[in-house]
Amino acid sequence: MEFKIIMPRIRRELYNKEICACSIFGAMNQDGERFTGASVMTAIANMHVRGNGLGGGFAAYGIYPDYKDYYAFHLMFTGQGIAAKLSAKKELDAFLFQNFEVVYDEEIPHGDELNLSDPPLVWRYFVLPKKQGDDSLISDGDYIVGKIMWVNSRIENAYVFSSGKNMGCFKGVGYPEEIGEYFMLDKLYSAYAWTVHGRFPTNTQAWWGGAHPFSLLDTTIVHNGEISSYGTNRWYLEMYGYACTLQTDTEVIAYAADLLMRRQNLPIEIVAKILAPPIWNAIDRMNDSEKKLLTTLRMVYAPLLMNGPFAVIIGQTGRMIGLTDRIRLRPITAATRGEMFYLSSEEASIRLISPQLDRVWTPNGGEPVVGELNSMRTVLQ
Amino acid sequence: MKSFVFPEFQIVRDEEKCGQCRGCERQCAFGTHTYDPVADRLVSEDYKCAGCQRCVVFCPKNAIVVRPAPSFYRPNASWSREKLDDLKKQAETGGVILAGCGCDKPFRIYWDHIVLNASQVTNPSIDPLREPMELRTFLGAKPDLMDISAKEGDIEIKTKLSPNLVVETPILFSALSYGAISYNAFRSLATAACKSGTYFNTGEGGLPRDMREEFGRCAIVQVASGRFGIDAEYLNCGQAVEIKVGQGAKPGIGGHLPGEKVSLAVAETRMIPLGTDAISPAPHHDIYSIEDLSMLISALKEATNYEKPISVKIAAVHNFAAIASGIVRAGADIIAIDGLRGGTGAAPKVIRDNVGIPTELAISSLDRRLRSEGIRNRCSIIAAGGIRCSSDVIKAIALGADAVYIGSAALIAMGCTLCQKCYTGKCNWGICTQDPRLSGRLNVEIASQRLSNLIFAWSHEIREMLGGMGINALESLRGNRDHLRGLGLHEWELDVLGIKGAGE
Repeated sequence: MEFKIIMPRIRRELYNKEICACSIFGAMNQDGERFTGASVMTAIANMHVRGNGLGGGFAAYGIYPDYKDYYAFHLMFTGQGIAAKLSAKKELDAFLFQNFEVVYDEEIPHGDELNLSDPPLVWRYFVLPKKQGDDSLISDGDYIVGKIMWVNSRIENAYVFSSGKNMGCFKGVGYPEEIGEYFMLDKLYSAYAWTVHGRFPTNTQAWWGGAHPFSLLDTTIVHNGEISSYGTNRWYLEMYGYACTLQTDTEVIAYAADLLMRRQNLPIEIVAKILAPPIWNAIDRMNDSEKKLLTTLRMVYAPLLMNGPFAVIIGQTGRMIGLTDRIRLRPITAATRGEMFYLSSEEASIRLISPQLDRVWTPNGGEPVVGELNSMRTVLQ
Repeated sequence: MKSFVFPEFQIVRDEEKCGQCRGCERQCAFGTHTYDPVADRLVSEDYKCAGCQRCVVFCPKNAIVVRPAPSFYRPNASWSREKLDDLKKQAETGGVILAGCGCDKPFRIYWDHIVLNASQVTNPSIDPLREPMELRTFLGAKPDLMDISAKEGDIEIKTKLSPNLVVETPILFSALSYGAISYNAFRSLATAACKSGTYFNTGEGGLPRDMREEFGRCAIVQVASGRFGIDAEYLNCGQAVEIKVGQGAKPGIGGHLPGEKVSLAVAETRMIPLGTDAISPAPHHDIYSIEDLSMLISALKEATNYEKPISVKIAAVHNFAAIASGIVRAGADIIAIDGLRGGTGAAPKVIRDNVGIPTELAISSLDRRLRSEGIRNRCSIIAAGGIRCSSDVIKAIALGADAVYIGSAALIAMGCTLCQKCYTGKCNWGICTQDPRLSGRLNVEIASQRLSNLIFAWSHEIREMLGGMGINALESLRGNRDHLRGLGLHEWELDVLGIKGAGE
């Protein structure tokens, strides 16, 4: 299917790719028991020096049990002064109410605004798609992705930065522990999985929408690294209707994950081999069936190879995946303790909140580590 | 009639050094040097000199210098010496001026106005001598989406894939036909392509039967408007079939191989009578529209049992991007675009120098066009015309090409000096001639070694540049204009190239 999207850029493709180094952390209770954001805030604060206060964010799964059947849209309205923000919201509301059934909406509760630089107005809406005409033929996911792309590329100062069911992202400019406090994640929310990001952009123009996680539907990405293949990944994804508007290379991973996992329904093992494939020398030595598979994947999905150093944590309903680039130029450590599964840039942060661990390991480059709920039922019912 | 045209070159012989060995006399097929037995010295006629430098290189005493003739007409910005000379030649002969090689006019060379990126701090650069650096490239149509079923670890690919060419480096030898170039030159290209994990293109003159079995595995066989040398075995012995619609050096016109160059072997290969002119018509007379092309593509796929990708080569002209999009929709797996500077064995000079657009701009606008239509996956782009060095290759790829064709560069590797006299059939370097005395000068073993050295060196340089950018697979640079910046270009040029200005 094709989306009709007009790219919000001039002919010369003068987008800015922000470059950043970062800390990432993820924690998941595989039994599906929910816990507050307090522990992950402690863990990420331990990697304070890996960020520089220009971006932090959280993705939390299982936080809206009362609205679990509705898509939770988190919206950010930016602009100078409250009037500009409200005008963006007015425009967004008109669009949203026309295309979605909105069952509930409210401003996302937050702490004192004075501690942070120019926070935007952040609002959440619980919605169901209101598909009309030709749209009724497409899936909910495609419908929502199309509308989000429309909002993000066409409505000035309004950004949808979270859009999954029973999950949500919280992010902004500041150290992650400050963002966590601002949104009171340690008090108001309990999730079975949290991913966190602390950011160190080399570009000083920090803005709230540029913080991690990046998300589309229930897929969220926190990312440490720089995608040197951004230009290539970007044009490929644009052909499939993904408008890269958030001025950062991380969103291409989010969109690639959405394209491959949701729309093409490929298993994570295959997706990992697309994003971070083995080198040809290794492929040429494999047995015939593996060789054929990997050769085909590299041939067909060459533009989705993520080149350059990266470590990412991909969050999805019931699942948390860690992955590094194929020659592992950025760190990631995985650990388990009982039903808890952790991923972190540094082992020390895991030890801080769980001194005793059953298993700690460093995954190989390009090899995904997957933590899944023991039973999906615990979060879906 | 006395010619009023100046000699182009001046031959200076150091009589002190000259040993009267008569080597220069033997080397020059144009008869420039003659021995005067009475004076026991060699006499050179500047008028005959093509400036190919063969005698200079082969003079055992280094006694000869060939340089541009210093004589000049009164300087005039509008009436350059070339304009005056050409006009006089036409006044004397009433003919069309022929030329070989590519356009040599000072149109802007965009390669020289584009600079590359490198990693600093945030992204480690990669050393290709110590770490993998991958150039392997697949040329052909790719499916938009893959249907893969995974059942308990068993993974099955359900999507039927189109045939693709695999190259170990993104550099292929451009179409140089047997007949235009000598058998030895042709065989050298084939040998080097097989050795270097890439492909050579047969051009429109067929593939000699004795070469089919050995070199078919690295051949792209061409079908041009003259249909020379085509039979079912020819189509099936190569790994891809290319329909030649146009050529960068002479868009809109066909080829002409003079009867003098149609030797017995050439005649057999081209399947034409000995000594007859081999004239390929300007258009394919079975392709007057896009649907006709579509039918030819289908016919060739049928003839090759859907096992070979079909390439369509067109010259980059004003509206070519839209045409190329139609060609992709007509079923082509590869689009080869040949730009303004593409070479030729013979073309009317006025066409060579004035028709078509530069490859650099063409690559970018074609890539953008296919992306905006969402069909970029459905074909690969091979760029040709004026690729001179490894940085041109890498820039072409960052602008959106999948691979490049090199023609002139390959000939230069074998000895060509771009003297532009290819159409005379008297190539002193043994490349563009059918005279056995001349073509015998080209040793296949040495020439093919020079060609594979070139590919090896360029590939190594490409790896170095890629590593510097922190990229370890060429596919991650394809269409990645982020790694390019323009220097000294106008706004519209940056727009067409889709790149930022340096410092932006």
